[in-house]
Amino acid sequence: MATSAQDGTQDAVNVRKAVHQFGYRRSADQDARNIVRRPVVVVGAGPVGLAAAIDLGQRGVAVVLIDDADRIGEGSRGICWSKRTLEICDRLGVGEKLVAQGVTWKLGKVFSGDDLVFAFDLLPEEGHKMPAFINLQQYYLEKALCDRVAEIDAIDLRWKNKLSGIEPHNDHVRLTIDTPDGPYALEASWLIAADGARSTARDLLGLTFSGVTFEDKFLIADIKMAADFPTERRFWFDPSFHAGQSALMHRQPDNVWRIDLQLGPEADVVEEQKPERVTARLKRMLGDLAFTIEWISIYRFNCRRLDRFVHGRVVFVGDAAHQVSPFGARGANSGIQDAENLAWKLAAVIKGEAGASLIDTYERERIQAADENIAHSTRSTDFIAPHSPAERALRNAVLALAPKVDFARRMINSGRLSVATVYDTPLSTPDESAFGGGAKLGAPLPDAPVRKRDGDDSHLLQEIAGEFTLLYVKNGALPELPDGIRTACIGEDVIDTTGALAQRLDATPGAAYLLRPDQHLAARWRHVDAAKVAAARNRAMGRAG
Amino acid sequence: MTKLITQLQFVDPDAAYVTLVEARRGLSVEAAAELDTKLVLLLANHIGDIDVLREAIALAKGG
Ligand SMILES: Cc1cc2nc3c(=O)[nH]c(=O)nc-3n(C[C@H](O)[C@H](O)[C@H](O)COP(=O)(O)OP(=O)(O)OC[C@H]3O[C@@H](n4cnc5c(N)ncnc54)[C@H](O)[C@@H]3O)c2cc1C
Repeated sequence: MATSAQDGTQDAVNVRKAVHQFGYRRSADQDARNIVRRPVVVVGAGPVGLAAAIDLGQRGVAVVLIDDADRIGEGSRGICWSKRTLEICDRLGVGEKLVAQGVTWKLGKVFSGDDLVFAFDLLPEEGHKMPAFINLQQYYLEKALCDRVAEIDAIDLRWKNKLSGIEPHNDHVRLTIDTPDGPYALEASWLIAADGARSTARDLLGLTFSGVTFEDKFLIADIKMAADFPTERRFWFDPSFHAGQSALMHRQPDNVWRIDLQLGPEADVVEEQKPERVTARLKRMLGDLAFTIEWISIYRFNCRRLDRFVHGRVVFVGDAAHQVSPFGARGANSGIQDAENLAWKLAAVIKGEAGASLIDTYERERIQAADENIAHSTRSTDFIAPHSPAERALRNAVLALAPKVDFARRMINSGRLSVATVYDTPLSTPDESAFGGGAKLGAPLPDAPVRKRDGDDSHLLQEIAGEFTLLYVKNGALPELPDGIRTACIGEDVIDTTGALAQRLDATPGAAYLLRPDQHLAARWRHVDAAKVAAARNRAMGRAG
Repeated sequence: MTKLITQLQFVDPDAAYVTLVEARRGLSVEAAAELDTKLVLLLANHIGDIDVLREAIALAKGG
């Protein structure tokens, strides 16, 4: 506690500690006489590759997951995990662990100068299993996912395996993988490229990754301090402690706080990372509070994406496919949603239940999501870091009007936080009757508290996870449904203890809802009809109606 | 009796803001001010209500 900022910083700054160290192990594939063919190889064990591998593994698909590193390292990357990501992680077996480890929050406050001008509540509704957001260091999320990978026999995780070559063929790709023992060749019916913003797979295929780079530089500091600031996202435009620029402060577990300070386009990257300089900036913000610096970095942000995410048998996910600025926490959150969108589809294709064209719908749905995320992140960054004095004047006028008028408050944009995309997709069957409530066709079903047959309390999403499910309200006997559709009767299998379920789904007697394996709503009817359910399921599997 | 609506009227306020920002992208402060002045005239005429105009001026001028 007595450590002053100066004392602590010198050794603490960016001394890379492995949060977790794994080992390289030689695989039998390296000694095989003929090149081995695997159904799926995932390259990159970041949050997105790990999530994809777990989802496929849970579906019984054998996955080889390779990563060029052999450790989870420290560093300032993702901290905010959205409700939808947590719901997915719950299905992947780590959701509750993450929530227990993380810091739960839902309130955001925006200051102009030193005055509060706007506050938002991201989850005004009760009865969801998962909170609006948790904050947790990305390395803890990766560690939790790695631990989960270790429990799944279908996943073969190979550290220090670096992708260095791709030879595309019609029904597979041939990969060259470098290891400490030298390179080996491996074939994959499908390659999932989850190798991050500097994707090797993208380079090897010669694909362009275009978009905008923002000129402004941002100092990102993770610091340790015992402070009793509220567990809220706090954002300042032009505060007196950092005049003319923006600042963000957010709590993480372990008494660690994320601080982002905008530095402008001219900032000197080397000078600005010097501990004495950073400490001086932080002291202006924090006054006499004692703190130590965990990690310092300077970023410039990009918003860009690949034109297409599917290139023959190579499918791009996460930062390899798209990149956004962090305001809005849309990076890894959207990447994990890519993984969940792809996993059930690829599993169905590999098992011969669907044709390869189902993978094209991954591209369609997730490009829609990427464009939404890029648009939001770009608008936020435009507001936070105006490109010119003329743009700054408009931004400042909005801030100046904000204390007086509602519409200006609503234009203040310090980041619009990640929410799930409502897919506008050929996989959905258009509604034939009107439905109210919060549930939307193409969106993940809203959660609600339920009681199960055995009397245990649960939540709706937990009870409809993983496979096609017909959720229905009893009204006479259920007609015989096609194979491969699980059923859940509202009132029997899932009892609506609070009325929230009926209200959110606008569930009337006889109503039925067809959920995709990723819990997105594919079709709904006021009255079940076996033929309609079969047609909707076929449609959601990408087969002709 | 106030007539000026200050509640948000746009369905998507971010889209409205970005439209205004994009209109001035690449402009100098002077050129943007000229654009703004023309916009004020166009929108003031569109509203066509002198009371609303006076109220908006007072609000914009006040501190
Ligand atoms: C300051 C900052 C704050 C952020 N905050 C948030 C946030 O709050 N919420 C959020 O959702 N996102 C946030 N992000 C974004 C988030 O960190 C990324 O979107 C996320 O890491 C992307 O995950 P990924 O798995 O696609 O790629 P990565 O995490 O980059 O993982 C790629 C993996 O591939 C491996 N790899 C690379 N090349 C090869 C190769 N040739 N062979 C084998 N392996 C290879 C790498 O070693 C790495 O393990 C933030 C980012 C920054 C910089």
